[in-house]
Amino acid sequence: MVLKVMSANQAIAEAVKLANPNVIPVYPITPQTTISEYLAKFVADGDIGAEYIRVESEHSAISACLGASGTGVRVFTATSSQGLALMHEIIFAAAGLRAPIVMADANRALSAPLSIWNDQQDSISERDAGWMQTYAENGQEALDSILISYRVSEDNKVLLPSMVCIDGFILTHTVDPVDVPKKEDVDKYLPPYKPDHAYLDPKRPMSIGTFTDPNYYMEARHDMELALEGAKEVIAKANAEFAEIFGRKYDFVEKYRSEDADTILVAMGSICSTIKDVVDELRERGEKVGLVRVRVFRPFPTEEIYEAIKGASKVGVLDKNISFSIGGVLHNEIKAKMDVDAYGFIVGLGGRDIKPSHIKEIIEKTKNPTQHTQWIGLNKEEL
Amino acid sequence: MVSIGAAVKEPGSTRQNKTGSWRTFKPILDKETCIKCENCIMFCPEGCINKDYDIDYDYCKGCGICAEECPVKAIKMERE
Repeated sequence: MVLKVMSANQAIAEAVKLANPNVIPVYPITPQTTISEYLAKFVADGDIGAEYIRVESEHSAISACLGASGTGVRVFTATSSQGLALMHEIIFAAAGLRAPIVMADANRALSAPLSIWNDQQDSISERDAGWMQTYAENGQEALDSILISYRVSEDNKVLLPSMVCIDGFILTHTVDPVDVPKKEDVDKYLPPYKPDHAYLDPKRPMSIGTFTDPNYYMEARHDMELALEGAKEVIAKANAEFAEIFGRKYDFVEKYRSEDADTILVAMGSICSTIKDVVDELRERGEKVGLVRVRVFRPFPTEEIYEAIKGASKVGVLDKNISFSIGGVLHNEIKAKMDVDAYGFIVGLGGRDIKPSHIKEIIEKTKNPTQHTQWIGLNKEEL
Repeated sequence: MVSIGAAVKEPGSTRQNKTGSWRTFKPILDKETCIKCENCIMFCPEGCINKDYDIDYDYCKGCGICAEECPVKAIKMERE
């Protein structure tokens, strides 16, 4: 194993090189831009035998992805924030047409006010589209998640697109050591995509993306629900085989010193590294605290999260998003599906720093709850 | 049973959807007045008029373009 120092953006581009898609329509946007730059270089250098389409917008990028996927080939694109919002219409169409597109999203706040900095509002706002979503904690996991996502998306039991989410700047523009797997191992793990459900072939004519009357629409959507639920089994198998070949174990959730914890924090993405440091510090002082990191957000791993947090007397859920007037989305979904004493904390919107002191404040407020949801790190008197 | 991704695997299935049922006004051609200029054939957006100037009422939506384009007013739009 040779570790190379790189940003999560480069790690994702390396993963795409290994997955070798046939078509890459991509439109640059901060903080995703270097992904599109690395991929342009790989294609220009002949490292990826793909058609690189310089589209005029993100709506066109995902449209070209869907069209290309409809011809039965592997595709990739990447975006962020406003770009993902512009894709919204086709995001739903891609899932409905069961196109196994894999896309990286560099998580960034949505306007207004306009911000290029990190939170997770952009991808969280697409949660109902029927895409799978994985939130990576570091560059290595970003790379590995791209490979796992192709494997799961292209599985005949699933056939739904995947989004791999990485925190803007925190992961996209910082470097850490990453093991880039060997091409022959990846080929073993990820065989070429063989479409047989819906693709354009003059020898086998069919229509994709047709108008549907009320006699068919509901069944098509119900099939998507079954496919996303069924994806859990496929993800578990894909994770197990990934561990066998590459030696790195992934799960729906990561449990960090949470087994005997009285107070558990639940969060997604890079913030979990900070939380782990705080957990270690507090554990040294004898405090029974732990972290449960949600890695796969869609399909929502209800059983896995519940198993991980049910032993705690209090649970604090950190959300880098806000569904106005109800609170953080992860917090509310946990409250909706599980009988646990959980409290929500809105953190880090638009790139606001989340410091260890904030994590300690959240742990204290989880132990002594006063409100359903609290905003942490505001520059004014707390709401 | 809907196929995965609601793909329609039987070509030409749009013919099952008889759009003539949408019609409010029906074009009636008076073949005596007709000068066989082919304007209606060319302008019909649905391809519903054949070379013998027979109108296919299964799919004619009654848009009235044929009547509008007829230079000798041989087509009258009549309420269904």
